[in-house]
Amino acid sequence: MLIYFLNSILFVMGLYCLIAKKHLVKKIIGMVIMEYAINLFIILLGYKKGGIPPILLPGMEKSQFVQQSVDPLPQVLVLTSIVIGLSVMALMVAISLRLYEKYKTFDMSEIRRLHG
Amino acid sequence: MENWLPIFVAAPLGMAFLNLLVTKVFRHVSSYLTMAVVIFLLWLSIRFFGEQPFYYAMGGWMPPLGITLVWDSLSQLLVLIVSIITLAVTLFALPYMQQYTAQSKFYSLYLLMIAGMYGVILTGDFFNLFVFLEIASLASYALVAFGVEAEELEASFKYLVLGGVSSTIILLGIALLYSATGTLNMADMAGILAQGGPKNLIFFIFALFIMGFGLKSAMVPFHAWLPDAHPSAPAPISAMLSGLIIKALGIYCVARIFFIILGIVPIVKTVLMVLGGLSMVIGVFLAVGQWDFKRLLAYHSISQMGYVMVGIGLATPLGILGGLFHLLNHAVFKSLLFLCSGAFEYSTGTRQLKQLGGLMKKMPWTGTSCSIAALSISGIPPFNGFWSKLIIIIALLQAEYYLLGAVTVFVSFMTLISFVKVQKYSLFGSLPKKFQDIKEVPVLMVTGMVILALLCVGLGLLYPFYGQAILESARNLMVEPYQYLQYAMP
Repeated sequence: MLIYFLNSILFVMGLYCLIAKKHLVKKIIGMVIMEYAINLFIILLGYKKGGIPPILLPGMEKSQFVQQSVDPLPQVLVLTSIVIGLSVMALMVAISLRLYEKYKTFDMSEIRRLHG
Repeated sequence: MENWLPIFVAAPLGMAFLNLLVTKVFRHVSSYLTMAVVIFLLWLSIRFFGEQPFYYAMGGWMPPLGITLVWDSLSQLLVLIVSIITLAVTLFALPYMQQYTAQSKFYSLYLLMIAGMYGVILTGDFFNLFVFLEIASLASYALVAFGVEAEELEASFKYLVLGGVSSTIILLGIALLYSATGTLNMADMAGILAQGGPKNLIFFIFALFIMGFGLKSAMVPFHAWLPDAHPSAPAPISAMLSGLIIKALGIYCVARIFFIILGIVPIVKTVLMVLGGLSMVIGVFLAVGQWDFKRLLAYHSISQMGYVMVGIGLATPLGILGGLFHLLNHAVFKSLLFLCSGAFEYSTGTRQLKQLGGLMKKMPWTGTSCSIAALSISGIPPFNGFWSKLIIIIALLQAEYYLLGAVTVFVSFMTLISFVKVQKYSLFGSLPKKFQDIKEVPVLMVTGMVILALLCVGLGLLYPFYGQAILESARNLMVEPYQYLQYAMP
């Protein structure tokens, strides 16, 4: 239970960093922390203490294998989700570099030509 | 025919990357390739029109293990909307995008966005939904920043932060759903949840999805990115974002997941109606004072999506029908209005209403289309917007929500006022001196706008001919969600 609690703290820290920090690079770091917290959560969903890798070798009991092995599906999902997170991060970095060229600052509170 | 279903996603996705390779050798062909794909997709969606619901197992892996694509009446409605609007927008984009450099990259991102939308609409698997949602969102973040001016980059960054938060929250919801049911297939999940799932967890998932898809569809507490992001993009992309993305990624997912998969509960209906009502009122009040044409239209998008949300959240058969009908109509007239704003900008170089005037004489085709769209959105009788608003108001009164019904009428009136302002300052009045020698926009742009203007007139008057097949079948699926289990799984 403790690990889920710590995981949610990680998520909230990322969200706080994304919303409250003014610096663009800090915002990107917050975004990445938030995504990784979700990825960690998905991995924890399939985790079993003392579990074995989900590979069915010859000579293994099927029912025992199902009981012992960890759930492989979340691990697959996390791979996809990491790739998506990476592409989001790459786009964010590219846009923040262009923003720096235009405004000569990374401070989001000074980047306010739009008023929405 | 059933084996052709994945082509909806594969054709634009493949062409998005092929396009970049081909344009290395033959320059200037990317627009024609895009046009060919879009026409092919329209042909394909017309071929599929009226098919019985079925599922397609990707790669031969049967559900619930494999990923499925599902064709049913709700996805049929959205596929038709997407394919028709993309055709008109692409026709408009061919001459319009000549002003920009790096056109092949534009068309690649555009095709990626289309592929993502078709994927979200057709998929029958939760994680696949998330992946396609991210494909469409990422393409749209990049397209908002396509002009790489200071304001566009700022709007795109804002959109990226909020869009990223919403995607993360949606992924958390999907992970929790997986932990509750042990499956990712939508039909399988609906079957398991129908036998009674963990109540508290389901409520938490509802809350996460309301936040996630509310951000994607710009409901009022989550709307801050929309008025910046939609006007900053090039005009064809504004039309796509306002006309399609917020519907395919927002409202459609709410309709599919809340009504068909999870099963709607009364408190969630109330939340949806409150969000919709707030969006209607606040959106229109923010819109009235705007002088930037595209920004005004963006605020009206928030307001009109509120109508759709109220209609769907009412969850009576008539209310859902009104909501879906308004979704269809809003896709048509809002895309048309954004295209008109693009045409004005193309000819005059500005979109500030105060600097325009008297364009009706110089640009008769654009002006007439703009008038038709403005009359549609403000609900003047023979046009399509009137009928869907009427259905929503009647449904509200039947369900005895008199206050909300009165608010709906009032918002419609405010919409009329703000579009009278648009007409007065842009189309009528005196022509400023510097615009004496402007011309009508190129013929392809006019064609795109005229198609949508004809749809604005036709959708209202021809309802008896297509309503049963397109809208009422989708409504029936949302009212009786257990049908979904019969055809989405073996």
